[in-house]
Amino acid sequence: MLQVCGVSSIEALFADIPASLRTASFNLPPGRTEQEITGTAAAWISHTAVHSRSFIGAGYYDHFIPAAVDALANRSEFVTAYTPYQPECAQGTLQALFEYQTAICRLTGMDAANASLYDGGSALAEAGMMALRITKRNKVVVTGDVNPLHRRILETYFRTLGSDVVTVPAKNHAPDLAALAAAIDDKTAAVLVQNPDFYGGIHDFAPLADLAHKTGALLVMSCYPIALGMLKTPAEHGADIAVGDGQSLGNPLSFGGPYLGYIATRRQYIRQLPGRIIGETVDTQGRRGFVLTLQAREQHIRREKATSNICSNQSLCALRAVIYLSLLGKQGFVELAERLYRTTAYARQQFQAAGFPLPQTGPVFNEFVVTLPRPAARVVSRLHLVSQLSVGLPLAALSAGTEHNLLVSFTEQHDRADIDTLIAALAEQAAKA
Amino acid sequence: MNLLCEVSRPGRRAVTISPGAFPEPASLPAGLRRAQPAALPEVSELDVVRHFTQLSLRNYSVDANFYPLGSCTMKYNPKAADAIASQPGLLSAHPLQALLPGAAAACRGPLQVIGHLQELLAEITGMAAVTTQPLAGAHGELTGIMLIAAWHRAHGSKKKYVIVPDSSHGTNPASAAMAGYGIITIPTAADGFMDLARYREKLTDEVAAVMMTSPDTLGLFNPRIREIADLAHAAGALMYYDGANLNAILGKVRPGDVGFDVVHINLHKTFATPHGGGGPGAGPVGVVEKLIPYLPLPRVVRAKDVAVGFTISTEAPESIGAVSPFFGNFGILVRAYAYILMLGKEGLIDATEKAVLNANYIRQKLKDVYHLPYDRTCMHECVFSAKQQLAHGVHAIDIAKYLIDRGYHPPTVYFPLIVPEAIMIEPTETESKETLDAFIAVMRDAAATAVADPDALHHAPTTRCVTRLDETKAARELRVNHVP
Repeated sequence: MLQVCGVSSIEALFADIPASLRTASFNLPPGRTEQEITGTAAAWISHTAVHSRSFIGAGYYDHFIPAAVDALANRSEFVTAYTPYQPECAQGTLQALFEYQTAICRLTGMDAANASLYDGGSALAEAGMMALRITKRNKVVVTGDVNPLHRRILETYFRTLGSDVVTVPAKNHAPDLAALAAAIDDKTAAVLVQNPDFYGGIHDFAPLADLAHKTGALLVMSCYPIALGMLKTPAEHGADIAVGDGQSLGNPLSFGGPYLGYIATRRQYIRQLPGRIIGETVDTQGRRGFVLTLQAREQHIRREKATSNICSNQSLCALRAVIYLSLLGKQGFVELAERLYRTTAYARQQFQAAGFPLPQTGPVFNEFVVTLPRPAARVVSRLHLVSQLSVGLPLAALSAGTEHNLLVSFTEQHDRADIDTLIAALAEQAAKA
Repeated sequence: MNLLCEVSRPGRRAVTISPGAFPEPASLPAGLRRAQPAALPEVSELDVVRHFTQLSLRNYSVDANFYPLGSCTMKYNPKAADAIASQPGLLSAHPLQALLPGAAAACRGPLQVIGHLQELLAEITGMAAVTTQPLAGAHGELTGIMLIAAWHRAHGSKKKYVIVPDSSHGTNPASAAMAGYGIITIPTAADGFMDLARYREKLTDEVAAVMMTSPDTLGLFNPRIREIADLAHAAGALMYYDGANLNAILGKVRPGDVGFDVVHINLHKTFATPHGGGGPGAGPVGVVEKLIPYLPLPRVVRAKDVAVGFTISTEAPESIGAVSPFFGNFGILVRAYAYILMLGKEGLIDATEKAVLNANYIRQKLKDVYHLPYDRTCMHECVFSAKQQLAHGVHAIDIAKYLIDRGYHPPTVYFPLIVPEAIMIEPTETESKETLDAFIAVMRDAAATAVADPDALHHAPTTRCVTRLDETKAARELRVNHVP
């Protein structure tokens, strides 16, 4: 091979790199065998917290994942392919993503979804930027009960862009509808809300949608997708753009990722969607097939005039989502949402019976705030130590509430005994206060 | 092939959710409920399994075929890395655990992976610190430009432009534009490198950054890269390194030693994490010392107490904020970490050398039948033009489609934009000489067929589940959601 290349050593192929620029330091460990590295990994994997039960959610949930999700999504034909630039040899990925887009539309009631974004936070930021493009305005209004982790990302993007994010603080862990209404003016591109909100509260945003539309602003709604098994869809609320984190759809928590963000909108705004979009078409013989479409919006063609800089999606995570949704099916998806609602209602009732103040007044879906007699962080640490119980998220950890408030979250992984254990443990700690 | 929702039958189902032993709650007011259940498919588990298995068979993949898609680095992804990342202990770890008291102990394993990976990537690129927060290469670019913008803001300079060469990835100008900058594009000179005279002319004190890919998208290493960096610094601009082609220079030259201030690294390219049909990837960003205060939060940092190892930092007044909620795509970070540890220093250098050797071998073996617009030693990829074939009415896309019928994923075509009818081939280091020879023979067949029977190429592919697809119709009619 060297002979064919006309050189006597591989090093000669690097002659374009001037000697003065050659690597000064490359201080890396020597290679190790697969067996050695697997052994090392086992050691650090064992240094990962184990919980008998966890009630931490806050937008990222421990749902049961049916075995068929891994069996199918881990097929290397999906895992080791890339972006479907050549559609004739990528119909597997393309059709699966088209079916994902269809499922997201059916969940949200919207007309069009893209093939996924990085995560729920960047999806919220992209929705905000999409609203700026559509309305040609330079400000969004966001309510303080949108996930603070997502709002931080929105603020980071907007600060760089030189656009404004006006945050209307939540009132009693719920959107302050009057203050939101007052904050919307003729410079507002969109109002950004979340349902259920960060604290689990369920709201009706239809009046806010009407108000936003009257001033020429859009309504962007972020939703925990599992809740859409039961709750009014973003479309039914009058939202123009629906977003959210899709982790809960068949993707493990995996210490923060990979997840996916979904984004969907109404027909008139399709061309302003960021990222990859799969479209249906026909081949030269009239057979149905799928392609990447609306590529003229994208960075590899439009460069600095593109709708976004995104050049990939979270394809494999979106594949997991569509497999998961297909396995649950129409009926299973409703059952799951009802199970969470029922579980949470039971927990709420038991907390009340045990005498814990619950600051929210309206209905909640899968999580809610409990006020403890002691700082929540201390209770969390203590119970983790004594019973390996992860009792919830102290809201102060995300600057999302006072130090006595704890956000407890429920999934179908919790049965009645788990909840009774949780409340008994917290009651015991409270008694020591 | 049907969509799953087209084989749906009322009442058929796969998964059942137990209602649990809970009392019936007060019902949710109708005004808060959806009117109709979401019309998800009603199918059995076997329906789902057959459907997605059949779909998978309609894909090309690295595990099944040679996949020389230029610029995308479709190297083999070792299974050991997947196996490690799929351990239940890691998959079930909640990221918010890391923000609670006692996190350094409770999350010691994951924090060590992230912390040590950051240090390894810093050493590999010659940077002072690395954040793993960005979720993809383009996301890393955006983060990098945000860091540069923050630095300029903090130093009171209002700069308006970012310089990119016309050979750059489209993500470079798109990322800079998202961060509010105007774009100055510098043309490529006859030698294949950025026109230096034009660069000097456009490099004013209003330029915030110069974004370079090195080696560039033609697969060439610019010997004058240091001069470009020095000029940028003298003008008050920072140098941005697009790490898409980092796999070509491991252990040979480090962006930090050349004068780059910010680097993004595509872990799915250089460090062999699976591409997943278009993601998830990961785009960690490395910076020089002076940019560390601006890195996004939370950060994984060394604890003061050596015994603790790594801990979380959530406070930095000058931080740009957050570009993702936690520490990035952890599952991808684990794979890249395992890959680096397995290959080690010598293995990584060897990967780079074989990648460059393989690309040059293909370049030499095909340059008599395909036009080579810039005929000089390349790095990890080579860019041809189908200019000679065009004389017979055959375009780069026709050659690509012919390759599909012959069992290969086509190279990247029509990129970089500066080469007409571009065919960009990146073989990677994981392919053997035998694989390359077989591919070269088929590429030569394509060139011969272009002369002898151009129509055969126009009609390719004929062996797949679909023939060529009407992309114009797709964009015009916009069916992006199945409506029965």
